[in-house]
Amino acid sequence: MLDVGRHPNINLLAYSEIEKVDGEVGDFKVTVRRKARYVEEEKCTGCGACKEKCPTVVPDAFNEGLGERKAIYSYFAQGIPSTHTIDPDHCRQLQGKKCGICAKTCQAEAINFDQQDRILEIDVAAIIVCSGYDVFDPSLIPEYRYDQIPNVVTAIEFERLLSASGPTDGHLDRPSDRAIELEIEAFEKKAKKSQKMIQKFEDKYSETSADLYAKYQKGEYKDDEDRVKWAEKYAAHLAVMEPLDALKRKAESFSVAKKLAFIQCVGSRDFRFFPFCSGYCCMHSIKEAIIAHEHETETTSTIFGMDIRAVGKGFEEYKVRGGNHSNITYVRGRVAEITEGPDSNPVVTYEDTKERKVKSEAFDLVILATACAPTKGILELSNILGIELDPYNFVKTSSLSPVDSTRPGIFVCGCAESPMDVPESVAQASSAAERAAESAFQADLKKEEAVA
Amino acid sequence: MPKEEEIRIGVFVCHCGSNIAGYLDMEELGTYSKTLPHVTFVKRNLYTCSEGGINEIKKAITEQNLNRVIVASCTPRTHEPLFRSSCAEAGLNPYLFEMVNIRDQCSWVHMQEKEDATTKAKDLIRMGVAKAALLEPQEPIMSEVESRALVIGGGIAGMTSSLALANRGYEVVLVEKKEKLGGMLNRLNKLGPTMTDAASFAEEKILAVTNHPKITIFTKAQVTDAQGFIGKYKVAIETAPGVKKIDIGVIIVATGARVFVSEGLYNHDGKKVITQLEAEALLSKGLDSSVKNVVMIQCAGGRDEERPYCSRICCQTAVKNAMLIKEQNPDAKVSILYRDMQMYGVENEEMFRDSKAKGIRYLKYDPEKPPQVESDKVTVYHSLLGREMDLAADLVVLSTPLVSQEDAEVTSQLLRVPIDENGFFLEGHVKLKPLDFATDGVFLCGSARFPANIRETVAQGLGAASRASIPLSKGSVVVEPIISVLSDEDACRGCGLCVALCPYGALEIKNTEKGRKVHIIDVACKGCGVCAATCYQHALSINSFTDQQINAQINAFLE
Repeated sequence: MLDVGRHPNINLLAYSEIEKVDGEVGDFKVTVRRKARYVEEEKCTGCGACKEKCPTVVPDAFNEGLGERKAIYSYFAQGIPSTHTIDPDHCRQLQGKKCGICAKTCQAEAINFDQQDRILEIDVAAIIVCSGYDVFDPSLIPEYRYDQIPNVVTAIEFERLLSASGPTDGHLDRPSDRAIELEIEAFEKKAKKSQKMIQKFEDKYSETSADLYAKYQKGEYKDDEDRVKWAEKYAAHLAVMEPLDALKRKAESFSVAKKLAFIQCVGSRDFRFFPFCSGYCCMHSIKEAIIAHEHETETTSTIFGMDIRAVGKGFEEYKVRGGNHSNITYVRGRVAEITEGPDSNPVVTYEDTKERKVKSEAFDLVILATACAPTKGILELSNILGIELDPYNFVKTSSLSPVDSTRPGIFVCGCAESPMDVPESVAQASSAAERAAESAFQADLKKEEAVA
Repeated sequence: MPKEEEIRIGVFVCHCGSNIAGYLDMEELGTYSKTLPHVTFVKRNLYTCSEGGINEIKKAITEQNLNRVIVASCTPRTHEPLFRSSCAEAGLNPYLFEMVNIRDQCSWVHMQEKEDATTKAKDLIRMGVAKAALLEPQEPIMSEVESRALVIGGGIAGMTSSLALANRGYEVVLVEKKEKLGGMLNRLNKLGPTMTDAASFAEEKILAVTNHPKITIFTKAQVTDAQGFIGKYKVAIETAPGVKKIDIGVIIVATGARVFVSEGLYNHDGKKVITQLEAEALLSKGLDSSVKNVVMIQCAGGRDEERPYCSRICCQTAVKNAMLIKEQNPDAKVSILYRDMQMYGVENEEMFRDSKAKGIRYLKYDPEKPPQVESDKVTVYHSLLGREMDLAADLVVLSTPLVSQEDAEVTSQLLRVPIDENGFFLEGHVKLKPLDFATDGVFLCGSARFPANIRETVAQGLGAASRASIPLSKGSVVVEPIISVLSDEDACRGCGLCVALCPYGALEIKNTEKGRKVHIIDVACKGCGVCAATCYQHALSINSFTDQQINAQINAFLE
């Protein structure tokens, strides 16, 4: 990213979309909409003072909604460009309320609430599509109850949980436990308030609230308005403290997730959704299981899959090493259902095809290896570019010209073309760059010949 | 700049908005910096990298006669190029600039400990000042690039690379050891999953390569020598008429792989028990109608202790050939005995599904209980049914892995590029540099790197051409002068330890008037310092990281 941001030959138009493509190979005219950031890119130094002061808190999309960000934000800490952006759906000023705190904070005077979308026209010789993919939404599979069981997460969410810069600082706290901890925090806030209130009464009457309440319940102080109020406040305090204590007792037994299940082919190799194999998910699960084991050596992982497809360079060896050294068990079988058992533990029901038995097992956390879904925007983009898609909505190519789209001068690489892992994507990106350079060169030759 | 000139260091301490200033005592840092030896000027900036900050640096260099500049701020990874070029704009050699990272190493990691973090920042600045006093000016190193690529291997990978480069106007020398171009393609029948005819695809490519005015082809030829470095290789090619010597700028390794088969593997005899490659020949001739029962065995000689890797393409090859058998002999029963069906991606999985619809049977076996091949049957323990089965077989096809070429090691030594534990060429970075070698100027594609199908091989052929075209299109390579230098020639004994350890092939031993001495190929050196750290004679040192400079830093820290 850094190299891209710094390269003198790369003009980076982030937060922008293609609207129109005219012309032909060697001579395309592309209309680009630069969306308003409400921050002037040339002035913003990326210091982040604005987001510290911004009063509006929004769920953080980068952390898969597991953390929070402000209404003025950078997508993530190391993002390029480092320019911040105001989210117009949440910014108080842009929603017509009074605020403007960021503008007052910004010493570079980069905030511009009046900024509008800008339309650019650029001349290019060739176009490369590398619009990536979307993560398949596992809530479409009812039997996995992704929406209902908090401790069922996607592989990408798990990636954020494992990340040292993620919402849990890299500790494998279970979402159900984190929810309770948040509840405890909320109760503690309330309890602090009610404690303050009854403390005042206790100081005034030199009596403990418990004694007062016992007497009150026996029928004393019926006519003492002040003490009745005290008793009511104490009752309200108890109503907070009782669930708080119960939650705290529960939280005492919390520990990081140590027994993990990875479920392969969630949405892939599934006729209801995507019949294709997403290619990278087997290795992704193995990697996540190995890293989880590095974090906590007691961690055990079970990977449920039909075939474990470890086909890249060094992958099979990595898979075997995971089994031998990282407590990974590979089970051949497709998971039929996930239910919730005691202690918020997801229970996985599956057929162990090797033993020919249906089994159920509870885990601390279940990770869904979700399919590589063609990105939603590709339909519109392909219309704008005038290129064809395959039946699944990946950009159509042929195996003998693997990065050429159906329109000359437009090339494709990475998961926009088909599901693939990092080394394949990097190699393919170079291929697309080559084809783009080649077609630009050839178009120039033609032009020169025409002139001559 | 004369040596005796007074050293005048300017220190610029960056607040980085509140990124640094929020967690460190900036005033203290400013005051402290003024007390350090040779420091004649100190300035604190809100953002040193802003236009204002840069102007402050330039102004101070001129007005204060600074001859060393230190910026204490963020990381050199992002900002060193900017500060260096700013120094250069003000007339100061950019290598007289030193950066101290008080953000990543102080404010970010010690947010809760203002006092200690400030102390640490003072230590780092003091160390930076001590080093800066000893910095010496350097000039960037430039070397021309010969506008000609050498492609080793005339298979589909090499032909694709050659055509791509030639179509962009670069001269290409293509060397093939066999008498005919085409490589493995020549021995294949149909290419999956599209079932394109391999021979006609090969012919089409061979024709294009042969007719291209920019491509010089040597068949039945071998590269026997390659001296030099990126941009300037002197290559010797042994051909039938004699040895050709050619100047080359970049090299692409596209030497492919070969199909494994070992004596007695599942009773392999080349007739009734054959490899997938032999099946290709059988299928292109047309299968005898007597072949009614075919059993294929996956991972034959693969994914075991000797060859622990998965050869990636054998499952798709088996499925493709199984379908072609069904096409030629529709009544034939075809069973594939597998461990995992590696039908990754969109097209492969599609073909896998189609094959099941066409009646191809899949039986999972356990590597602990491998199938037994007898004269007219194969016995297999079906690990999902939990019982042994006898399958009639008048043809057994073994899916054996691709293994590295017999001469891969020779090529590896010739070009000074590494091979991995399985004998395939080892790329610069398995994830981020799949088509580059660590050594600049040498690139890699196709099954020489790792087994690849036709689609992947073509993509990699194009990709390697793209990587190789970068130095070709620039016409020269410019490298940072932060490299290894033979600072004490007399001390060097020419032992060659550093040469063996250099990961970039940047060192060589030369016979000089003073005897065997190490010679550094400037443009190939990355300044990693392995050689200097290894040299027990302390003959080598790294520009801007000399022993003297590092000692000064350590001593400053211990003050």
